[in-house]
Amino acid sequence: MNFDELFGNFPALTITGLEQGAIYALIALGYTLVYGVLRLINFAHSEVFMVGTFTALWTWQALGYDQNSAAPALGPLILAIVAGLVVAMAASAVTAVTVELVAYRPLRRRNAPPLAFLITAIGASFVLAESFGISTSRAPFGMPDLIPQKTVFTLFGAAVTNVQLLILGVTLIMMIALDQFVNRSRMGRGIRAVAQDADTAALMGVNKNRVILLVFVLGGLMAGVGALLWDLRFGYTKFNVGFLIGLKAFSAAVLGGIGNLRGALLGGLLLGVVENYAAGLFGGDWKDFTGFVLLIVLLMFRPTGLLGESLGRARA
Amino acid sequence: MRQKLARVLGGVAIGALVFSGAACKADSGSDAGGSKAACDLKIGFFGPLTGDAAGLGIHMRNGTKLAIDQYNKDNADCKVQLSEYDSQGDPAKAPALAQQAVGDSKVVGIIGPAFSGESEVADPIFDEAGLPIITPSATRPSLSTKNWKIFHRGVGNDTSQGPAAGRYIKNVLKADKVYVVDDQSAYGAGLVDEVKKVIGATAGEDKIQVKQTNFSAVVTKIKSSGANVLFFGGYYTEAGLLLKQLKGAGWTGTMVAGDGVNDANFIKVAGQQVAEGTILTCPCAPATKAKGSFVTDYKASFDNAEPGTYADVSYDITKIMLEGIKAGKASRADLLSFINSYNGTGGATGVTYKFESNGELDPAQVLVWAFKVNAGQVVPDIEIPKA
Repeated sequence: MNFDELFGNFPALTITGLEQGAIYALIALGYTLVYGVLRLINFAHSEVFMVGTFTALWTWQALGYDQNSAAPALGPLILAIVAGLVVAMAASAVTAVTVELVAYRPLRRRNAPPLAFLITAIGASFVLAESFGISTSRAPFGMPDLIPQKTVFTLFGAAVTNVQLLILGVTLIMMIALDQFVNRSRMGRGIRAVAQDADTAALMGVNKNRVILLVFVLGGLMAGVGALLWDLRFGYTKFNVGFLIGLKAFSAAVLGGIGNLRGALLGGLLLGVVENYAAGLFGGDWKDFTGFVLLIVLLMFRPTGLLGESLGRARA
Repeated sequence: MRQKLARVLGGVAIGALVFSGAACKADSGSDAGGSKAACDLKIGFFGPLTGDAAGLGIHMRNGTKLAIDQYNKDNADCKVQLSEYDSQGDPAKAPALAQQAVGDSKVVGIIGPAFSGESEVADPIFDEAGLPIITPSATRPSLSTKNWKIFHRGVGNDTSQGPAAGRYIKNVLKADKVYVVDDQSAYGAGLVDEVKKVIGATAGEDKIQVKQTNFSAVVTKIKSSGANVLFFGGYYTEAGLLLKQLKGAGWTGTMVAGDGVNDANFIKVAGQQVAEGTILTCPCAPATKAKGSFVTDYKASFDNAEPGTYADVSYDITKIMLEGIKAGKASRADLLSFINSYNGTGGATGVTYKFESNGELDPAQVLVWAFKVNAGQVVPDIEIPKA
């Protein structure tokens, strides 16, 4: 135990934890949305994220940036980021929809039991990860450092960088936009209706399959944003990059209350920060251990997570 | 009726297969008797050819392949085949692959396993089957203390590499504050232990995990410790990511790492600017300065690629096995005793290969070099003097 390390670096550990937590949260949204509507844990979602990291990288490569490029000027930089963002979001959404159409919808039509969905989800995850693994020789890929980190201001002795502000800002904007969409728009009302009671919603004229497709699209878009932020901050991808981060994001969703959008944000940020504190206190080898102990202990006292499962029960 | 016929035919087919298989075996057995070259045998290469550390494995495989190709050109009527066992550098995948190699009776020797972690689980399996191995690169010292009769190491181990890296940090970099990080692998943790013995007190230490991608906590610690040198024990993917995040956070020190990072892929992960100035050690001489025609042959065979770390070592130790096969050592036991009593100079490295009874290379032959990342290339810096 090293309390000096924890308290001495408390502000810095908090900020880098929040930044990691924000990416967890964006991916957690995909798990939570699908679970809220289908009661299905979409394990293939980690690969939706992975596809996003690769397609953003390929976009940058197509624009002429590689891991050795110097940071571009403001104009080309904005172009590169917007292009990467659009491509990553589109590719992630297409991947999510493909998994739904190819793997889950045929099962639903045949009224398959929940276990069949679970195995299919795990299978889809492996197929996607392995197909990228084989076609990229399982090699790691470095990325151009598009936005070199610069300290913008110092908070209690911890440097806050431009990339960190970008990650936190974009995550908050996406969260608020999604929350408003689900709670206020017509399509959002459809999502909530199907989440509450699919059959009744169908009787009231909600097209269930269209709602489910929409949920996968939304989850994919959020994972695409997360993938771009990941690329900007950590500058690295690999065929199995989604595995651990997907697991963490799923845990974050459960921690906050799966099916609950605001819970995903809270759970993600909490997990990111706690992991960092644990790495400071016990050493880096205890990071994952502590995150999952936290999850188990919390679920003992609040079995439905911090904010409860509530996609369906949100305000009508 | 039809079904019955099919069954009978199937039975005959299987019988024929078994019979022909047995016949083949008898054939190769009768060949083995004389002192003329043994034919139709295989040498296995065991190491990562895909995955995080594939960059290291591919150069070693190429060295082995070059040696075998040259042998086959000179002995066209009596060829040796290369069998590749792609471990992905993952100890969890190694036992099954080792069983596969052991199960193929034509495999008489193994070059590898490339890494220490996979050696720890695969070598006992090779030992039980009496299948001789020479590793070009697994440098954990304890591998030679486990009484494996089949074990040979074609390079020095981390009791030479670690202290040499420590001496470089102390005498050349003259660093006063050194932070050490390892990846908890058999190799990385062992190497860091050896470095610590030489440098004494550290500015701090931490562990990471293989496949970890976010290093923000350890970055925070290293920065706040005020360290100007970081020694990293591990492989190039994690090293590249860690250094990238450290420099991104404004750290200006120098990273020093061992042979697991000594590969062009390190620069690919970290990016050229970030990697610049990093010091990488290796208990080997620079492969790009290998003797004889090795460098030109290598470039000609592999798309003009510069030979990477341990390519020359793999080439030379493969030649030891090929010499044995040429001398008619057709069984695993014969080849093992041939290697044990071998005493000859490698054409590419210039090292005299002579193994001690525990399989270690004769200590007088071990040398350690420091390399430096310069303008996106890993270039030789100096040979680190012995203590």
